[in-house]
Amino acid sequence: MNNIIVYCEFEDGKVADVSLELLTKGRSLANQLGCKLEALIIGKDLKNAPSQVFPYGADVVYLADDARLEHYQTLPHSSIVIKLFQEQQPQIAFMGATTVGRDLGPRVSSALHSGLTADCTNLEIGPHTDAKSGKEYQNLLYQIRPAFGGNIIATIVNPECRPQMATVREGVMRKEIFDANHKGEIVNLDVNKYVKAEDFVVSIIERHIEKSKINIKNSPIIVAGGYGVGSKENFQLLFDLANAISAEVGASRAAVDAGFVEHERQIGQTGVTVRPKLYIACGISGQIQHIAGMQESSMIISINNDPEAPINKIADYVIVGNVEDVLPKMIKYYKQNSK
Amino acid sequence: MFNSKSKTQFYLKIYYMKGLKIIVLAKQVPDTRNVGKDAMTEAGTVNRAALPAIFNPEDLNALEQALRIKEQVPGTEITMLTMGPGRASEILREGMFRGADGGVLLTDRAFAGADTLATSYALSCAIRSIGEFDLIIGGRQAIDGDTAQVGPQVAEKLGIPQITYAEEVVKIDERTITVKRRLEHGTEVVAGAMPLLITVNGSAAPCRPRNAKRVMKFKNAATPSERTANPKLAEVAEGRPYLDIKEWGVANITCEAEQLGMSGSPTKVKNVMNIVFQAKESKVLGDTDNEINDLMQELISNHTIG
Repeated sequence: MNNIIVYCEFEDGKVADVSLELLTKGRSLANQLGCKLEALIIGKDLKNAPSQVFPYGADVVYLADDARLEHYQTLPHSSIVIKLFQEQQPQIAFMGATTVGRDLGPRVSSALHSGLTADCTNLEIGPHTDAKSGKEYQNLLYQIRPAFGGNIIATIVNPECRPQMATVREGVMRKEIFDANHKGEIVNLDVNKYVKAEDFVVSIIERHIEKSKINIKNSPIIVAGGYGVGSKENFQLLFDLANAISAEVGASRAAVDAGFVEHERQIGQTGVTVRPKLYIACGISGQIQHIAGMQESSMIISINNDPEAPINKIADYVIVGNVEDVLPKMIKYYKQNSK
Repeated sequence: MFNSKSKTQFYLKIYYMKGLKIIVLAKQVPDTRNVGKDAMTEAGTVNRAALPAIFNPEDLNALEQALRIKEQVPGTEITMLTMGPGRASEILREGMFRGADGGVLLTDRAFAGADTLATSYALSCAIRSIGEFDLIIGGRQAIDGDTAQVGPQVAEKLGIPQITYAEEVVKIDERTITVKRRLEHGTEVVAGAMPLLITVNGSAAPCRPRNAKRVMKFKNAATPSERTANPKLAEVAEGRPYLDIKEWGVANITCEAEQLGMSGSPTKVKNVMNIVFQAKESKVLGDTDNEINDLMQELISNHTIG
């Protein structure tokens, strides 16, 4: 049977959120296709890993457990994934669009000559007719993503090659428990059959990983700025408002590219996807690639001196004005009224 | 502003090493970062002509890393490789103005419509034709696709290791290169034996500007097609082989035709849409004190904030 496999990232005893989100999506697609959902976990001390993924609907968990595999490395991890995919012939494979998945995915797709679509924002199943040959296909994976700098949305299919591979960024798919009591099969892989000694030619000399201090993904209120904020100095106004109303500061890609704030704050297809209860967009015009990462906010306020800015169409409130005039007033009247 | 001279004095030149052969992968891209309203046609497709063509930003970061190695290891030779239409030779000249030794333009209708896999196949065939190399360095991703796939796929096709998300080459010796990588929440330093492929992150050092002497020297560098179109360029190039930009088509590389272009691409674009936002009924406010006071009161009273 050609199943769906999710490559699950595992670090410090935990399966990554992005992998659990992909399992959630994979479960619903597997139900639609009538196939199994499988998880592949590579790392060290994986005893507790299966119990973390079964509730998300995995029917089979492949484990490659070896001290040498503790941290992700391109060659050993890709050797395992490639060989397992050759053996299992999955129809669909998902990876997180992380520094791991974006390093691993293309390597695997090249070795298997299968199509890979990066940073998908939606995944669906549907039919396809090849425009040239007229050949019809059923149950293909629609890999949907903003393209061309986020100015259009493209649907990509892989009619002939398997697996159909896609990467998805953290936070794009929702993480939902399928069944807390769901149990599946555990398959322990004989690591030495999958990995060669020469796969370890690139060695990790040191690692400095810090817990990120910025947590936009889980903040209920976000004050986000775009290129229209104008400068790094003006961004301080956003931080001031965020401090006053206990919010996090986010940014559009244009603002990050312009150096106004750090990359960790980027919201959108190539940044973080957020679903806060309030999103205050300051000087953001609203390219698709940004909208893709915030459109599910419960309430959107857009502050823009251009009444025609595209983002205004999806905003609940549009304040027509300059960010540097409006934000100080918001801070002032919030403080006055909250007492 | 970054000053390459002050930075490089920290490097100890390594004379005992033989020069390295480095291939820098670069792409000319439409500047999707500054898309104006006229960049989209009414039918919702992209009007490429309305967008300026630029040197893909992270490929410039990649070139800088190569130039730093060249400064450190005398005798190092940097060849730029790009695939694209005829005018993509512009970025090869740009690279030569900044310090690259030469360039290869891979151009042929047979390459058109390639997805990342078919692109990496064509590039890997061209790299084999260029010959021996120690390092291949490219940007992490191109801004017109943002996939970050071509680098790792080229590495796989050449059967060499890859180091992605590189921020800095921290050390190089005869066999090994040590590289700092930028990850989501930190950094990692890895070392690997050459040959290998490196993709460089936008957080790496920016590329040095053009060098005025090199601009004088290479401004007439051209491809054979450009010389046919402008015979003056051909005259200037007499006896100056450094002005030759190589122009290769399918016939100049060893490859299987069916692995190129559309036929070599497993992914197909099913459709492309100009997204129409689900318009909400928005309430439009001005920036007066009264209006903002009312809004803040409302947000507080319905517990959206506070």
